[in-house]
Amino acid sequence: MKSYDIVIIGGGPAGLAAAVSARDHGIKSILILERDKELGGILNQCIHNGFGLHTFKEELTGPEYAARFIEQVKERGIEYKLNTMVMDISPDKTVTAMNREEGLFEILAKAVILAMGCRERPRGALNIPGYRPAGIFSAGTAQRLVNMEGYMPGREVVILGSGDIGLIMARRMTFEGAKVKVVAELMPYSGGLKRNIVQCLNDYGIPLKLSHTVVDIKGRERVEGVTIAEVDGNGRPIPGTEEFYSCDTLLLSVGLIPENELSNGMGVEMNPITSGPFVNESLETNIEGVFACGNVLHVHDLVDFVSEEAAAAGAHAALYVKGRSCPDVGSEIVFRAEDGVRYTVPTTVNPARMDGKLTVRFRVGAVYKNCYTAVYFDSERILHRKRQILAPGEMEEIHLTKDQIEKYPDLKTITVKIEEA
Amino acid sequence: MEIRTLTCISCPMGCPLTIEMDGDEIISITGNTCKRGEVYARKEVTAPTRIVTSTIKVTGGSADMVSVKTKTDIPKDKIFECIKCLKGVSVRAPVHIGDVIVPNAADTGVDIVATKDVE
Amino acid sequence: MYDVIIIGAGVSGSASARELSRYKLNVCVLEREEDVCCGTSKANSGIVHAGFDAANGSLMAKLNVRGNQMMEQLSKDLDFAFKKNGSLVVCLSEDDMPKLQELYDRGVANGVKKLSILNRSQLKELEPNISDEAYAALYAPTAGIVCPFNLNIALAENACINGVEFKFNTEVQDLKKAGDIWEVHTSQGVFRTKCVVNAAGVYADKFHNMVSEDKIHITPRRGDYCLLDKTAGDHVSHTIFSLPGKFGKGILVSPTVHGNLLIGPTALDIEDKEGTNTTREGLDEVIGKAGMNVKDIPMRKVITSFAGLRAHEDAHEFIIRELPGAEGFIDCAGIESPGLTSCPAIGEMVSGIIRDKLNPEENPDFIATRKGVLAPETLSKEERIALIKENPAYGNIICRCEMITEGEILDAIHRPLGAKSLDGVKRRTRAGMGRCQSGFCSPRTMEILAKELNMDMFDITKSGGNSNIIVGMNKDRI
Repeated sequence: MKSYDIVIIGGGPAGLAAAVSARDHGIKSILILERDKELGGILNQCIHNGFGLHTFKEELTGPEYAARFIEQVKERGIEYKLNTMVMDISPDKTVTAMNREEGLFEILAKAVILAMGCRERPRGALNIPGYRPAGIFSAGTAQRLVNMEGYMPGREVVILGSGDIGLIMARRMTFEGAKVKVVAELMPYSGGLKRNIVQCLNDYGIPLKLSHTVVDIKGRERVEGVTIAEVDGNGRPIPGTEEFYSCDTLLLSVGLIPENELSNGMGVEMNPITSGPFVNESLETNIEGVFACGNVLHVHDLVDFVSEEAAAAGAHAALYVKGRSCPDVGSEIVFRAEDGVRYTVPTTVNPARMDGKLTVRFRVGAVYKNCYTAVYFDSERILHRKRQILAPGEMEEIHLTKDQIEKYPDLKTITVKIEEA
Repeated sequence: MEIRTLTCISCPMGCPLTIEMDGDEIISITGNTCKRGEVYARKEVTAPTRIVTSTIKVTGGSADMVSVKTKTDIPKDKIFECIKCLKGVSVRAPVHIGDVIVPNAADTGVDIVATKDVE
Repeated sequence: MYDVIIIGAGVSGSASARELSRYKLNVCVLEREEDVCCGTSKANSGIVHAGFDAANGSLMAKLNVRGNQMMEQLSKDLDFAFKKNGSLVVCLSEDDMPKLQELYDRGVANGVKKLSILNRSQLKELEPNISDEAYAALYAPTAGIVCPFNLNIALAENACINGVEFKFNTEVQDLKKAGDIWEVHTSQGVFRTKCVVNAAGVYADKFHNMVSEDKIHITPRRGDYCLLDKTAGDHVSHTIFSLPGKFGKGILVSPTVHGNLLIGPTALDIEDKEGTNTTREGLDEVIGKAGMNVKDIPMRKVITSFAGLRAHEDAHEFIIRELPGAEGFIDCAGIESPGLTSCPAIGEMVSGIIRDKLNPEENPDFIATRKGVLAPETLSKEERIALIKENPAYGNIICRCEMITEGEILDAIHRPLGAKSLDGVKRRTRAGMGRCQSGFCSPRTMEILAKELNMDMFDITKSGGNSNIIVGMNKDRI
């Protein structure tokens, strides 16, 4: 059986950045396993601009952003296999993979970095009633058809969900000659970035209907129209508010789910809020030497943060392979997400394992204006930062330093919460 | 005197901006919470620009389509003209990031360039 | 000139076709859709009922019990997924015990074996997630679950290789008698035959009433379902029914043979024979009632919902006989639940009627077995490696969720009565049936279909007709 120091599952932005970082931290034996025919993951179909402002200080398209990392991987001579599906990872880190050329094969890894990304929620997850004709696509599937294959999935489009992919596709379909009639969003706020609402919808006069959902799909063979209705505070359609839109296409942009079937299979413990693994300050799961980063860990808003997080995972995996000193597990400090904060990544920190700084990422559960992000070390508030706005569509982060934490030797809990002004 | 309203995209706040104009001259900008709002408003009302991205066909390569963009931002009102000049355009592989696909698209002075390598 | 024309390639029509292919008969199945298994047969609970529901002495009861007994061997002969997981009818209060006893007694009278009544603790032991309100249950270990698609497909494929002709996209419009011969007028021309088998599901009344003064009436009884992710598939291991009411067997909770969890159906009588749309009320009812007998169902794991139409005849009885006054016209009507269970016995019965009528010779070349689409996941590691070496397409995963390879999709396309559409591939291989509901694999499957069938991408459909997926090229209208 072949063996590598680090096997990285997925060659998208997370896997690429993790690989580069692990190599730069001294690990030579690295293998990336990618199921698609090229590296870069979903960035390859995200042909719009807006990537890389943090990482490269310039505005790149998805393929350009991916190319920068692919180049770094190739420069470093990091091994990768394309068109290769990972079928199973055992708790002892035997990776079973499959491709056309090598068949079914096993690889033994000292460390595994999970970087499988996420997938789109399907219609069924929403229980949208109606027929099941052709013409219902997840926004990402439509994006692939239009951007990678040059095919138009429809002429007259209604979009459910104002996630970023849905907004981006509203503009894309408009550019390619389709008429996008409306974007309906179940929540009273958009799940997408403000920039995308302005530049993808407002620029082209596409209406965004907040607190609305699709209540019926018409058409037996191909979509003929959808009915949209306003919803009440509990997300229930309000009778009498129904409005029919004739269209041949319904795009769904109703959320992303980390793709953790492999993680589940190997016994990685999952956070039900993020649908990603619980990780410690090293982005390491409950299984020693198994790390996670990017959208498989929690769904990010910007790829720049994926790269940053993945680089940290790569560095920690390198440290693990080189034989880090493993301090007593008992000294772990637990993060608690409260009062509007839905979750934190990581969920525990062991100060002995920290390098100088720790980035804690989180999302809020609603829109908060003129509030404070607060961090408590046990009962003592150590951070109280004024924020004009916090929105569920945007990932937030706070930074803690090792010095800061070590001043509190008996620290048990770090609480992150939103406090009203 | 003309009043224009915009939504600021500088942060998730999305401040509703009101810009008072006299011809091409900005009289006042209100509704912004921070300085960035003012800068955004000034640009949007005087010379709004966008980067335009699309795809074109590529023959003889490892993929059927190659993604493209305007090398820099172009005037907003030229977007559709720019897209139109890509209709029917196809290139032969290999194509590399930065290769000029359509020079001076829609007379904007801006080239349309490839954003992906297709070997 | 045919000996037999069968209207409808659902389970009844296909089972009849297969049974008839045991004889030297010229048989043709006419199907208005582009594939087999496109009506009631594709949207149902996939349950092999034990046989205690139908009234004692009824044809339904007889064929149910017989079909149940035949299913296991048939699943081996024709290589489709079947599992005898047993069913439980849950009774929530002591007051309802007489009804449970009545079911038990009827089952025994119908010839159902191994029935027993379990008390609460026995029930809890068998099904830990059963409702805390559950008082007792009727346990039928002979009940099972089946893949309704592959049951139907297997029957049709086997009929096909034994010489039965299938004509798709062929809608029967009129039936005329010319002497002893039936003229079947269709959207693809007129076909002549000695016998007609009316296995037209919810439309069986239409054809019956064309040739008979003694009218029947079939009501499409819609049932909405929710299907849950495979990670919820072991929430229960048996099929859990409520005590039956006026409109059927109530909302059931069952594992499927592929490891998902299925809940449903509702029962709503409608007029529209094409009304396979789910409704808000229907799905709410499924979700609301599913928890009556089973607790903690993880509803956020729903991956799809769908609705099917049961062909409910007013008399609630299977009508399988040669029509008096319409010689050579054999009804196979009112086939609602337990129709899927009964289909092997329905096929036998239809074939028996025609055999007695036409006295055909046996078909000496009849092949009773069929191999399904090879599922690499059932192979050992060594076998799988050898398979990929021989055919690398089995090393290429197309559907990530269900881990379906290109090799399986190619097999589904190129076998007898092969898949022509995305749904055709889905029903034969499960590609696109998983948790992402074809979001990832559909463009890839379309490419394979286009290449293998030498079709244009624009002509690839979801399920035939006008269900095209691609409508043009980028910028073609600007």
